[in-house]
Amino acid sequence: MSSLENFAGRQVPAEINGRDAIPYMGVGGRKMTGRKAAPLIRSAADYPASGDKRTPSLKEALVNAGLRDGMVISTHHHFRNGDLIANQVFDVAKELGVKDLVWFPSASFPCHEHLIQYLEDGTIHHIEGSMNGPLGAFCTAGKMRGMGVLRSHGGRWQAISDGDMNIDIAVIAAPTADVFGNATGDRGPSACGLLGFALADSIYADHVIAVTDNLVPFPCLPWQIQGNNVDQVVEVEQVGIPEKIVSGTTQITKSPDRLLIAEHCAKFVRDTGIMRDGFSFQAGAGGTALSFAIYLKEMMIKAGVTAGFVRGGSNKYLVEMLEEGLTPVILDGQTFDLDGVRSMRENEGHQNTSPFTSYNFHGKGNFASMLDVVILGATEVDTDFNANVVTHTDGRLLHGIGGWQNCLASKCTILAVPSFRNRIPVILDEVTTLCGPGELIDVIATERGLCINPRRTDLIEASRGSSVPILEIHDLKREVERICGGSPQRAKTTDQVVAAIQWVDGTTIDCVRGLS
Amino acid sequence: MSTPQESPHETWTGSAGARGPKVRSDCWAGVELRESGGLELELVSTVESYYGEGIRALLRAGCEALGLVNAKVRVEDGGAYPWVLMARLEAAVKDADVAGEDWLPELEAFATTSTSRDRFRRSRLYLPGNEPKYMVNAALHGPDAIILDLEDSVAPSAKSAARVIVRNALRQVDFGTAERMVRINQGEMGLADLSFIAEHGCHLVIIPKVEDAEEVHAVDARLRELTDAPVLLMPIIESAKGVMNAYSIATASERNVALTIGLEDYTADLGVQRTKEGRESLFARQAVINAARAAGLQALDTVHSDVSDPEGLRAAVLEARGLGFEGKGCIHPRQIPIVHEAFVPSEAEASKACAIVRAFRDAEARGLGVVSLGSKMIDPPVVKRALKTVEQAVQGGVLDASWESEEGGS
Repeated sequence: MSSLENFAGRQVPAEINGRDAIPYMGVGGRKMTGRKAAPLIRSAADYPASGDKRTPSLKEALVNAGLRDGMVISTHHHFRNGDLIANQVFDVAKELGVKDLVWFPSASFPCHEHLIQYLEDGTIHHIEGSMNGPLGAFCTAGKMRGMGVLRSHGGRWQAISDGDMNIDIAVIAAPTADVFGNATGDRGPSACGLLGFALADSIYADHVIAVTDNLVPFPCLPWQIQGNNVDQVVEVEQVGIPEKIVSGTTQITKSPDRLLIAEHCAKFVRDTGIMRDGFSFQAGAGGTALSFAIYLKEMMIKAGVTAGFVRGGSNKYLVEMLEEGLTPVILDGQTFDLDGVRSMRENEGHQNTSPFTSYNFHGKGNFASMLDVVILGATEVDTDFNANVVTHTDGRLLHGIGGWQNCLASKCTILAVPSFRNRIPVILDEVTTLCGPGELIDVIATERGLCINPRRTDLIEASRGSSVPILEIHDLKREVERICGGSPQRAKTTDQVVAAIQWVDGTTIDCVRGLS
Repeated sequence: MSTPQESPHETWTGSAGARGPKVRSDCWAGVELRESGGLELELVSTVESYYGEGIRALLRAGCEALGLVNAKVRVEDGGAYPWVLMARLEAAVKDADVAGEDWLPELEAFATTSTSRDRFRRSRLYLPGNEPKYMVNAALHGPDAIILDLEDSVAPSAKSAARVIVRNALRQVDFGTAERMVRINQGEMGLADLSFIAEHGCHLVIIPKVEDAEEVHAVDARLRELTDAPVLLMPIIESAKGVMNAYSIATASERNVALTIGLEDYTADLGVQRTKEGRESLFARQAVINAARAAGLQALDTVHSDVSDPEGLRAAVLEARGLGFEGKGCIHPRQIPIVHEAFVPSEAEASKACAIVRAFRDAEARGLGVVSLGSKMIDPPVVKRALKTVEQAVQGGVLDASWESEEGGS
């Protein structure tokens, strides 16, 4: 396979699943012109005048949608590890003998291990979306027929709206819907919050199926998905398990070292003056990020500071801040626990957002760049502040990108990471897979102290006098290697590219190779 | 990734360490001695693809250093640091009764720092001696002291293995500015523990369940045989008899710097329940404080065992401080900041102490024998206490370090 060297010096494939690939051109390097993709023209005359678009079963709906070999099928992760729909869609495809489908999820979770059998038997050709756990292992073993493509949440919207990816059938799990296809996620027995990840699919896909276990009389209010974009509505017994949206990454940490990292981050935000009236922040999923919010809240109360807005995923801790008046608004991208779901129904001050408003690079701005500070994680960082969020140092693909790349646009990006995990160093000379360029990463926060990117002389200056230990990243790396017993062996890979990593503008920033 | 699994072959002559899929930053080593056939090395490691080659080389070097020639060695590794791999292999070989040399990791520069008698000991963090995973980051949480415990937190079957872990940790782990304490076992076993710590960077030995001065004499004498290093001592009093002998225990050795109390054993000795209010132990605590003060030592309070009760801990420290204790034992890193905060003097206490210290300096400068503040005479012990309060206030951030140069600041 021919490859090209991109702006970051990484060898990337020239072609991805039959499409020409564009190598990464640097931050803001790709200038797009022309028009966006558009959905098919449909006529109201072809839909029932009564507005009743019900189809008795998912199988019939997929047949009606013209499911056939090679189609691109999308599903969404608002139930996180409690998703029940993606597996059923491909069970039907298997039953119908359809082959070579492309699964285009907004994210995958361990519950989707069920799909490995379909990757093996050819029902699914490949996955364009995050691959966690068993799916990631399958991909890195070089067993997937096509190339995996990993995109950020914003990058997925970009790929759909630019026409890089055309979705043949989108299947949207809807906790509440009416017969016309209006749908919402904030209520119903399987309420999971909001459906922002499915919004682009509902607008652009050739065919849209809404699946619900809570059919309400027209009109379903509020509607997060507009029925005018929906072709069919299917009633099922259960669309998802909302309790499982609380996966491991959305629970608070008990580890004293991780609490220390969170405390360092909060003190840094306070001491550098980022924490001031009207400021904004986003702390993603992950125990350390959640603990950061708790420490920050205490500091805000003590200093009498209130935020201007906070970006969710809503969770218990952000909801407390909202209910105690520490922020007037939570801009929700997804929902991380059931307190978040409840608050969305009960409290003013929640605004549904989508990857379009928050993350999309090919739009007229987005919210991510307006954030004063964002706390994210990483699997590896290097001494140039580049970071990896998808593979481990042994080369295994284990995580998706999520909103991570998009959030790097914030005014201060802090990666909160332990400096080593169970003897495995996190600070390296060079990351295994480049997901985020160092010029966008401002602070690496570890249990041993914080490293500030030398490019950010303003932050270095502002942190003087802070009680948080500030370290030089090369010194930290040396200390980590002293503890861990030298630098680790690097992964032995084959030439086969098993997955491409896309940057927010649709270019390829790096790729993952098979393990030998 | 391979996970350590039970080997069907279980005829080990010696073994040490922890095994199973949940083991983190530790390992298990088994040794089977053979008549001939050289060395056979088996390694299963969660970090095989990161450090596999290095681990094999280390283990081979270890077998040679430990005098193992004909043997099968199996190591199941869950990400153990090199000094832990070394400790487990050494302990397994010694468990197999192979008489050989110790296999010492390098004594790092930070392990050779000294301590001082009068330093703060507000917080001392207990670390189980056989659990290396808690040791590496312990100092980051800022305790005044760390305790590598060989006594109650170590299972009887793991005592020998824990000694090697503690010895290697003293030599290899950066405990920062924390004073390096080791709690030894009681009696003969405790005296034997000393040879694993005395020459390896231990600052202070904690002697448990001390009932009379003889026990302190024995430790003092053994230390004198083992090392020229000025290793300090801290007896724990944990029985009714110990309380009655508190003063003779406190004065039993020049090495003594502090006296502390263990209330679980003490209340058991009395045959009463340990309560949150602690009325049943008030006499013992005051007796220990009084004995310590009389001997010129610090008195340090016991641990607060409910880690999920920060408010209870705060109240307990304030009470201890009110009684005259200068420190509290910690069993979780998150207790440390709470303990330190509670030992910080209030602003009112700090400004009063500053005024006294100023008056003292002023009297010194003018060559006066008597210190007075306003119309009041100030006794020397009051000055001494004020100096200590000022030091604590500066360390606790209540008082600026340059307070003396600020004109009339309060």
